[in-house]
Amino acid sequence: MSAPDARTEVLARVRAALATTGAATRPGPGPGGGASAGPLPHDDGPGTDGHVPADLRDPHAPGPVPREYRRADRSAPVTPGRLDLFVERLEDYRARVVRVDEGGLRAALVAELRDAGPVAVPPGLPGPWVQALQEEGLELLVDHPDRPLTPAQLDGAGAVLTAARVGIAETGTVVLDAEPDQGRRVLTLLPDRHVCVVLAAQVVADVPTAVDLLGEHPERPMTWISGPSATSDIELVRVEGVHGPRDLRVLVVEA
Amino acid sequence: MSVDLGMPGVRSQPAATPHDPLRWGPSFPDAARGTLANTQMRANLRHATHTIRDKRLAVTAELPDWEALRDAGSAIKADVMARLPELLERLEESVTARGGVVHWARDAAEANRIITDLVRAAGAREVVKIKSMATQETGLNEHLEAEGIEAAETDLAELIVQLAGDQSSHILVPAIHRNREEIREIFTERMGDAPEGLTSEPRDLAMAARAHLRARFLRADVAISGANLAIADTGTVAVVESEGNGRMCLTLPRTLITLMGIEKVLPSFADLEVFLQLLPRSSTGERMNPYTSMWTGVTPGDGPQEFHLVLLDNGRTKALADEVGRSALHCIRCSACLNVCPVYERTSGHAYGSVYPGPIGAILTPQLLGLGEAHGAGSHDVTATLPFASSLCGACYDACPVKIDIPSALVHLREKGVHADAHPSLTPMGAGMAVAAAAMTSGTRFRWATRLLTLAGRVIPGTRIRRLPFPGSLWTRSRDLPVPPTQTFQDWFASRERDAGRGTGEGA
Repeated sequence: MSAPDARTEVLARVRAALATTGAATRPGPGPGGGASAGPLPHDDGPGTDGHVPADLRDPHAPGPVPREYRRADRSAPVTPGRLDLFVERLEDYRARVVRVDEGGLRAALVAELRDAGPVAVPPGLPGPWVQALQEEGLELLVDHPDRPLTPAQLDGAGAVLTAARVGIAETGTVVLDAEPDQGRRVLTLLPDRHVCVVLAAQVVADVPTAVDLLGEHPERPMTWISGPSATSDIELVRVEGVHGPRDLRVLVVEA
Repeated sequence: MSVDLGMPGVRSQPAATPHDPLRWGPSFPDAARGTLANTQMRANLRHATHTIRDKRLAVTAELPDWEALRDAGSAIKADVMARLPELLERLEESVTARGGVVHWARDAAEANRIITDLVRAAGAREVVKIKSMATQETGLNEHLEAEGIEAAETDLAELIVQLAGDQSSHILVPAIHRNREEIREIFTERMGDAPEGLTSEPRDLAMAARAHLRARFLRADVAISGANLAIADTGTVAVVESEGNGRMCLTLPRTLITLMGIEKVLPSFADLEVFLQLLPRSSTGERMNPYTSMWTGVTPGDGPQEFHLVLLDNGRTKALADEVGRSALHCIRCSACLNVCPVYERTSGHAYGSVYPGPIGAILTPQLLGLGEAHGAGSHDVTATLPFASSLCGACYDACPVKIDIPSALVHLREKGVHADAHPSLTPMGAGMAVAAAAMTSGTRFRWATRLLTLAGRVIPGTRIRRLPFPGSLWTRSRDLPVPPTQTFQDWFASRERDAGRGTGEGA
């Protein structure tokens, strides 16, 4: 082969570009992971003695990453204030929120799904939730792994019921990670109404805590949902419900 | 009323389809002359940019640690650039381990060729697309069309732009140059299945797009997307969106092809905690965008069963070689800098003649194309005018979530562009600078030069000069010039010292 392949050439160009500016000489992360600390072999340019005050340094020069922002805190207890914020932020982005205690969940599930038509459900939904809907006579479309629902079947479903992996109070976000109680990603996409049950204990304060928790299984497909599908593409007028579910209902279950 | 027999009612903006998505139309000053005259578009833009700007300020003020997040975002990006080879290799390894296939593309043509071959191998004649700056940059849609493959844009704004035959004018809201009445006309004329009696209500228009695209989503075998970021450690790729068209594309088709610039890689999953806070708040001014999808290679039974990640250079390594200009690669395409820019607000995105408009485009476009390279056209290249499309007010720097010092990069690129000329002193700018340098390097010469100017101040009436004879006309064709004062500062200061010396006895 006379010409190098694209991979070899792109990587060679990157290395050459870094070599011309001296940035490639910077050591990588130490064995502890993360960006390396300590002084950098950064070229401070001619005419300086190398002791450039921090605020005069090139702000784009590589160096240790300062993480002075609020970091993950998974031990912080779930407070009523956090749940209030979660509900407020969900509602601010036009999700319908129902707060119930464990005893009231059955009735709430039925109330939110009764008028929807066929309800799609993932294979691993908690038994009592499924029972509640069956006893009410609702038509359930179960997405078995060996008999998956077709897109056409899902398109014909009136609603979908799922659990969630984590709720984020500060942003009013629900994250699904496709475990059996939430199902494949397509399940929550085609039906026009998504009813999602979030347990109070699953609600974290902020994005870093959620990322920390989700980082235990980064390989799972994830969908972060903050309110119903929306667009502001025409004169910045917000229109809810373009392609995803137009109707998002979150049931927050307090112990 | 004008009648154009045989001509469609919808006219594309700009009129001609660009040959190169990074460099089309005339130079910025010439293009801006045209767009400035479009008062309707200026009104649309003013409304749009001010609305998003206010929303952004409100949601960034909510976070007590916003500035700390910006510092972290900036540092992570600088670290990524310094470790790019290692991170790209790690990303390739992670994606491959999870059943994905990684491809590398030196330039736009190579990326388009790889993607076309993949679509053909999947046996598809049509594909659905998620809004992606990278595929716009490579002109993928036009390429696929020439190869007999129909590419359907599924983002509402991109659909409008595609149906109208336009170029996008904003990174985030590409159809911002079109108002609702124009969009109704575009849908009615070009969509094929627009409902009878479609109104210009945004809700009706959005629902028409929903109905139009639903069938396409359900039958599509191949989807093409960009990527907001990818995690080297895990191979996780993320797309941030609002409408759900992204989820449709990322979930329903059997094959997914993602085109991503090499600079979008991030080291670890934990870095998401920074960028998933910075991006939505800076971009749409929301605490979080409605939908973010993340996938890692292929998940059996869930979503596409074939995943290709195409890593694109296309000039990024040229930018990387410039220590100042490199920061343009830190960009996360939020478009906050467009929304605060006084120049963008008035000239619109089309004046920049590139898929990347606004302040970030003014530093990114010339670098991707290789401004100042030996074989380039130096300051006569149309893109060399882009770094001058700024008042250097610095609003973009303040708004940038990863703290790209755009004003400094602009000044740096201006200098680079000027020095790219073989004989800089022979250009009007070079000649002017040589005269100024001669006058300013000596106190005596400077004193006499400025005294000479006060003569002009005494004979010219008023306070502003609107037009000078050549070569001064090169300056006054786009700027007014204040009439010089009747006394120089040095003379005024000397007389003041004399007066003060008489009054208080305090002299130098």
